[in-house]
Amino acid sequence: MSDLRDLYQDVILDHSKNPRNEGRPENPGHEAKGNNPLCGDKVTVYVAINDGVIEDIRFEARGCAISVASASMMSELAKGKSAEDVKAMFNDFHEAVTSKEPIAPEKIEKLDKLAALIGVREFPMRVKCATLPWHTMAAAIDDSTQQVTTE
Amino acid sequence: MTYDVAKIRRDFPILGEEVYGNPLVYLDNGASAQKPSAVIDAIRHTYEHEYANVHRGVHFMSQRATDAMEGARETVRAFMNAADTKEIIFVRGATEGINLVASSWAEMELKAGDEIILTEMEHHSNIVPWQFVRDRTGAVIKVAPINDAGELMMEEFEKLLSPRTRLVAITHVSNALGTVVPVADIVRMAHDHGAKVLLDGCQAVPHIAVDVQALDADFYVFSGHKLYGPSGIGVLYGKADLLNAMRPYQGGGEMINVVTFEETTYAELPYKFEAGTPHIAGAIALGAAVNYVTGIGLDRIAAHENDLLAYATERLREVNSVRLIGTAAEKAAILSFNLGDIHPHDVGTILDREGIAVRTGHHCAQPVMDRYDIAATVRASFGLYNTRAEVDALAASLRKVQEIFGA
Ligand SMILES: Cc1ncc(COP(=O)(O)O)c(C=O)c1O
Repeated sequence: MSDLRDLYQDVILDHSKNPRNEGRPENPGHEAKGNNPLCGDKVTVYVAINDGVIEDIRFEARGCAISVASASMMSELAKGKSAEDVKAMFNDFHEAVTSKEPIAPEKIEKLDKLAALIGVREFPMRVKCATLPWHTMAAAIDDSTQQVTTE
Repeated sequence: MTYDVAKIRRDFPILGEEVYGNPLVYLDNGASAQKPSAVIDAIRHTYEHEYANVHRGVHFMSQRATDAMEGARETVRAFMNAADTKEIIFVRGATEGINLVASSWAEMELKAGDEIILTEMEHHSNIVPWQFVRDRTGAVIKVAPINDAGELMMEEFEKLLSPRTRLVAITHVSNALGTVVPVADIVRMAHDHGAKVLLDGCQAVPHIAVDVQALDADFYVFSGHKLYGPSGIGVLYGKADLLNAMRPYQGGGEMINVVTFEETTYAELPYKFEAGTPHIAGAIALGAAVNYVTGIGLDRIAAHENDLLAYATERLREVNSVRLIGTAAEKAAILSFNLGDIHPHDVGTILDREGIAVRTGHHCAQPVMDRYDIAATVRASFGLYNTRAEVDALAASLRKVQEIFGA
């Protein structure tokens, strides 16, 4: 049960039940769609970028608690940051959830509230749920018209 | 004779495994079933005592392997009550069987405006091959709807039948909903309109005794791995006159009679459709799986599984906020459901840590998910070795999921 509690921490359940920044903005700006064919999760991320800074970010998601919580936290963290910083954060996050090595405490600190998602490391089948919104946001920033899939 | 499930479980070595410290509760039989020792031993026995290439050696071992494989073909023929072993084509699985019929029959026979009828509850493997046919011939696909319980709406189906209907391709048992389709009626109605019928028997053969002659099916496909046999082997049954008139599927060795660079004449059935070296040990082990199942008796297996289905339906209904997807009057032992608005993926992860293997997702039947306006379900699918205690474990773990989610 203990690693289940690590995975489904209260913060994660809270974000999944009450996602922040959810919904389609009036002026969508850049957008991208992501899709996990394995479980049917779908996410759309909208970003408004001004001078390299993410002024607004919103998303629509149909998915599991992990993917919705990840999208919600991502939106909170990304707002007001430069596109570059956000991508660097994605790299750190990706490394944290996929690497087999223990993660240094200062790296965990850098992850801020995303640290709550590190529990997915113990659930390899679920890592893609946590990273799908991020891949999709990266595509929206690049304004890729391509559908992102986890496969 | 009582159904001794404890004894049957001892036939399946993997059921002794533990998962995260809990006994494995395997409820994903719809995706693939576990293998009894009889099947595992048949594979081992083949490679230790009767293996060589088939149909081409003058030597002793080739003859022995050929005899074993042809013996398996006869076992499968009897299992389905086909008229002749030449109507039993060994393929990789249901998917290949359907693609074979699409390519070698439908693409030859159908022309623009001809119609293929499918249903809303088909597996993707009984949809996509027909889309290929549509794109190549100009044929039209019609889809027969299901009602909220997941039953085929027979009147709507009948309305789709017309002189343009050339093929009805339909599942015998729905993998996503468990619905048992009245296929004998379907075949009769389709034949009245001059259409041929392909039945996808993947989910049916482990639960229901199938008699292709009584059904009067034109084509019937299933996969070995859902019938307690190996993966990589399956069966296409076709009526001999249809198979004889069809063009070969793949070219190569085994399927030929005489080859020159000008011309090739093809081998007789069933070899015409079995190009290349087949899955020899797989076919032999499929025969062993069929013998295992018929040794217990499909009627007894069905009775056991129907009891489990009724019990599980009742136990799950007691769990708050379980919504069953697929409540047809005639069902095989498959329970698709959602737990409130907790995503099936999360349910599956938590059950997994309890040792319970279920499938979560769209079950390769996205049109079914669209029909119910959901993204996914949790699916518990039962096999001949499952028990009421395992159903209890499932129900208890679902309550644990609710606890974690504070639901
Ligand atoms: C109803 C149905 N049809 C077809 C298939 C495809 O079978 P296979 O992947 O073994 O070819 C499946 C298996 O998932 C199924 O359940």
